[in-house]
Amino acid sequence: MEIFGIPHQAFLGQLLLGLVNGAFYAMLSLGLAVIFGLLDIVNFAHGALYMLGAFAAWIMLDKFGVNYWFALILAPLVVGVLGVVIERVFLKRLYGLDPLYGLLLTFGLSLIFEGIFRELFGVSGQSYPVPELLSGATNLGFMVLPNYRAWVVVVSLVVCIGTWYLIERTRLGAYLRAGTENAKLVQAFGVNVPLMVMLTYGAGAGLAALAGVLAAPIIQVNPLMGSNLIIVVFAVVVIGGMGSIMGSILTGLGLGIIEGLTRVFYPEASSIVVFVIMVIVLMIRPAGLFGKEA
Amino acid sequence: MKLNALVAAMAITLAAAASAQVANTGAVKIGFITDMSSLYADIDGPAGGEMIKWAVADFGGKVLGRPIEVLTADHQNKADVASSKAREWMDKDNLAMLVGGTSSGTALAMAKVAAEKKRPFISIGAGSARLTNEDCTAYTVHYAYDTVALAKVAGSALVKAGNKNWFFLTADYAFGYSLEGDASAVVKANGGTVAGAVRHPLNASDFSSFLLQAQSSKAQILGLANAGGDFTNAMKAAKEFGINKTMKIAGLLVFINDVHSLGLANTEGLQLADSWYWNQDDASRAFAKRFFDKYKRQPSSLQAADYSAATTYLKAVQAAGTTDGDKVMETLKATPSNDFYTKGKIRADGRMIHDMYLFEVKSAKESTGPWDYYKLVSKVPGDQAFTTVADSKCSLLKK
Repeated sequence: MEIFGIPHQAFLGQLLLGLVNGAFYAMLSLGLAVIFGLLDIVNFAHGALYMLGAFAAWIMLDKFGVNYWFALILAPLVVGVLGVVIERVFLKRLYGLDPLYGLLLTFGLSLIFEGIFRELFGVSGQSYPVPELLSGATNLGFMVLPNYRAWVVVVSLVVCIGTWYLIERTRLGAYLRAGTENAKLVQAFGVNVPLMVMLTYGAGAGLAALAGVLAAPIIQVNPLMGSNLIIVVFAVVVIGGMGSIMGSILTGLGLGIIEGLTRVFYPEASSIVVFVIMVIVLMIRPAGLFGKEA
Repeated sequence: MKLNALVAAMAITLAAAASAQVANTGAVKIGFITDMSSLYADIDGPAGGEMIKWAVADFGGKVLGRPIEVLTADHQNKADVASSKAREWMDKDNLAMLVGGTSSGTALAMAKVAAEKKRPFISIGAGSARLTNEDCTAYTVHYAYDTVALAKVAGSALVKAGNKNWFFLTADYAFGYSLEGDASAVVKANGGTVAGAVRHPLNASDFSSFLLQAQSSKAQILGLANAGGDFTNAMKAAKEFGINKTMKIAGLLVFINDVHSLGLANTEGLQLADSWYWNQDDASRAFAKRFFDKYKRQPSSLQAADYSAATTYLKAVQAAGTTDGDKVMETLKATPSNDFYTKGKIRADGRMIHDMYLFEVKSAKESTGPWDYYKLVSKVPGDQAFTTVADSKCSLLKK
């Protein structure tokens, strides 16, 4: 049996690989959506935070012998704390201003982080081994899937759905959403809004770092790994609708699959297909697929 | 009105004369344009620029009694950035010679500008053999390696060892096409077949999809016609997906920095072609030690070539007694080189003909420590490694 001229087994394999990449897009765009939705900050430093997460994991392993499983928790925490510092020192001063200022500031920060790591480690990248427990591969019949990639999809889905649930379905999430609508009123009810905002940015940074740790065994840990990805992730957020959490998750997964299929049918276009879709979506639904019309 | 025009014309003439004056007595300027910050920055990059400065300093800092100045710029792997910078330097700064770094698209663009301005252009980091073949110019020197040499040295060794059926994973730009084309020709010439190819964007984020396509081709050998970060990520994914169990993998352009960053566990047994290895003889080791003391890593073949090329150029200027592009090119092509990097000669088409080497990456057991990575498999003489006069399409070669 063939689908679009390729054997259906290969087709299924490519769908699955697209889903793995989509899982990364979903996790990264989720963090962006949370930060934009609640803080109104277009966080261009997201790619750099992702890179820092991967480097944190590599440094922990290489210099301190901290294994993958601890790094999976520690690296997001470290980067999350850095996020808190960034929020307290810089972003705090920009609330209420045009979002453009936040965009420029975070863009500048990401250039600085990348520059520092390029100076320290060069651009060739560092190898991070796949953890023992997840090495090897499983034969699914239609393809051989490395166990680690399956793990990435599982973790990413759990994190995405967990975050969505936290923000859309819990009391804490309700405070957060209310705080963005009317901070003064929520404060009057005794909720510490600045603390909440600070922790939200920290959590967003932690999410980016978690994606970085997950990516470390798959690709070379490299100072440029974030900037290679961030533009695509922004396109994902724009297509999904800025600030829509479920939108960014679904769009991330969907675009991963579309990109994966493009790699089969017309590989040369695989790096731009996301942007073509972005243009079309912006023409038809300027607020994005899941965004609310302003 | 007329008076005005006359004064303006005079002013222009005087200004031109004044700048010509500056050109003959001011500094001799050498330019270096390469990838300073992206995926090829480690194999060449800022350290490559520093090598040119070392060459200038070792030469005495002066040639023909004039001081030598080195200008460097980052082309970000964009051909338009590279060519407009080259043009600016040649027009405004009266650049005497340009060294081109990594990325073939940029080198082809700069070669055009240099030819138009009649300035010597020494291409080092770029691989495309088009530079001295279809697109050859009277002012281009291709100094270190090219895609034909990589294909002939690495490719033919593999085909002769019985790996007949190939599939290529190719970087989607000038260099990738050249390498894939040249390697395919070598494979076919040695009785092999090419099952197909898939092209990936430069700086691709994920290779698994491309690798799966390669695997389903059922070819015996996967030729990686890419470089730098693309090569290392493709190698890593190939290992993760077990591609290396069903296919043999051939890196067609591998630098020692790539081997270092992937580690011997991921590269053991890989055969590769290169123009130089830091541990090949005493003179090379002496150069490498100096480099290591500053950078805490060993130099790539490109960085060694940057030093060697700058020295070769300055010697030619000294011998020719002028920085005039035509005369310097004549001297360059008439004078054989003999230094730690190359013992060769620049052919009429601009191709530096020198020995190339086939190396095999050592296993962790064989290696005595970091950077002890290669063992020599064979040395291929220049006239066998590069495009032969008979095969060349360059009009500068008299047949």
